[in-house]
Amino acid sequence: MRTFFLLLPDRSLIMKKYILDFKVLSNQAINYNHNLLELSCDRPLPPMLPGQFAEVRVDGSPGTYLRRPFSIHRADFAMNTMHLLVKSVGDGTRTLAQLATGAIVNIMLPLGNGFPVTENNDVLLVGGGCGVAPLWFLARQLKQKGNRVSILIGGRSYRDILLADDYAQFGQVYVSTEDGSLGEKGMVTHHTLFKKGKLPFTTIYCCGPDGMMKAISHIAEKQDIPCMVSLENTMACGIGACLCCVVDTKSGNRCVCTDGPVFNSNELKGWSAETEVGCSINE
Amino acid sequence: MADLSTRVHNLNLRNPVLTASGTFGYGEEFDDFIDVNSLGGIIVKATTSKHREGNPYPRMAETPMGMLNAVGLQNKGIDYFVETIYPRLLKYNNCIIANVSDSTVDGYVEVAEKMNSLDHISAIELNISCPNVKEGGMAFGTSCPSAIAVTRAVREVYDKTLIVKLSPNVTSIVEIAQAVETAGADAVSLINTLLGMAIDAEKRRPVLSTITGGLSGPAIKPVALRMVWQVARAVKIPVIGIGGITTATDAIEFMLAGASAIQVGTANFVDPQATVKIIAGIEEYLNRHKITNVNELIGGLIS
Repeated sequence: MRTFFLLLPDRSLIMKKYILDFKVLSNQAINYNHNLLELSCDRPLPPMLPGQFAEVRVDGSPGTYLRRPFSIHRADFAMNTMHLLVKSVGDGTRTLAQLATGAIVNIMLPLGNGFPVTENNDVLLVGGGCGVAPLWFLARQLKQKGNRVSILIGGRSYRDILLADDYAQFGQVYVSTEDGSLGEKGMVTHHTLFKKGKLPFTTIYCCGPDGMMKAISHIAEKQDIPCMVSLENTMACGIGACLCCVVDTKSGNRCVCTDGPVFNSNELKGWSAETEVGCSINE
Repeated sequence: MADLSTRVHNLNLRNPVLTASGTFGYGEEFDDFIDVNSLGGIIVKATTSKHREGNPYPRMAETPMGMLNAVGLQNKGIDYFVETIYPRLLKYNNCIIANVSDSTVDGYVEVAEKMNSLDHISAIELNISCPNVKEGGMAFGTSCPSAIAVTRAVREVYDKTLIVKLSPNVTSIVEIAQAVETAGADAVSLINTLLGMAIDAEKRRPVLSTITGGLSGPAIKPVALRMVWQVARAVKIPVIGIGGITTATDAIEFMLAGASAIQVGTANFVDPQATVKIIAGIEEYLNRHKITNVNELIGGLIS
């Protein structure tokens, strides 16, 4: 069982990738800097897995040259719709956040490996800020596969807690905010969930700021629970051609776009609490 | 129907559109999006004598109409290339060109010698212009004596078409081009990336782990076009144009400036189908201008 989780199948190599035009069905502002885009396509959605991502071309933003990567927030194959959660960071993402209903968006997908989805287990999902983005699709599929799902969402304040009500349909939702304005006060890693001794989870899935993911992976490692983290390094191509988005792993530099974005945290160099052995071949 | 086939030294290309090294992986990354065989050829990611991890992350910064990269020649080395990557390239029937780099002349020679025995590799592109490694790379391409030394040494062991990829980070790219021509290059390709820098003002830190990196994309096109035009007038060997080519019009401009073929680089990152769109656009241009053969464009600038 454990071995299964440690192996992330390289599904990105066998899943066909597409470049498709999507139409914006709705654009909902869900807080001060996040929008939820509902998109549809005039052909059936290609197969996609939770944790995979899309590279979105940004038209009408002169300062934006490269595509922008987004987690596939929801994929509804029956309705043939897909949702992306867009955080406004710079000109490119702001342009996407302002898309009107009916606008056409060019999207390359599905990219990356995706989360390994366990069956009939107790699992914990941890999302920090916009790190909740890939967890909706994951939570739904985990629930469908008979898992008991717990979801911990963290943010600076109540304004940064995204979609907590929405996630309640999949399982127990816990919230923590640094200022205590919603849920427990403090960092997600200090949540009482982690103070009950042995955690009742077989896998932890995590997406958020690197610091948060590292702290969660340390907790997971101490209890010998596999921790799957979803990274978001800056990237150009999204398909393993440019080698810009690399992360330092125990098997050398690997592309977040094709070998990830999901990694078992025990593969990542500098993420483990244990002493690192070996040396880098960097010149 | 216009004839798009062209020739660079001994290379018969079905059209003048190639892919720039480091922007097209080993071709297979693009199989889902295009028929890679429909391209004139592909120039695969640089191979060095030994495995290289490349530079630490962050390696990329988006800039106005382009990007900086500091990948630093990450690759698994020539022996891995021969054993594992080369067999996967055999499925392509167009022109496969290997980009060769290293830190020492001996390293370049070792890679070139091993590439020479691979039947399906029809040419090598000698990368003496990578700005992202501390030793070798661009250091060889920024002075005439070192450019001559490495080209000559590789020429002695490499029998097929030898292309030398030139750096724009020099006082006179024409002098370097002439130097490698005399040293035995069969063609030159230009330009590699321009040395640049990006700073994160909020953090008061450089964006790239290496501080400086190589600028590519449409931002560099006018510089590249000027250099191709200058070099094409000064050498007898064919010139391959590179630098921000995104559309068929860009490609045609480089050919009018004197390029016999062109490479599409950073545009592949934004649109993996850029190459095939460029080929279709060149054909449309030729038909519209009633030009029967693409070679008529080469150096066809009216001035």
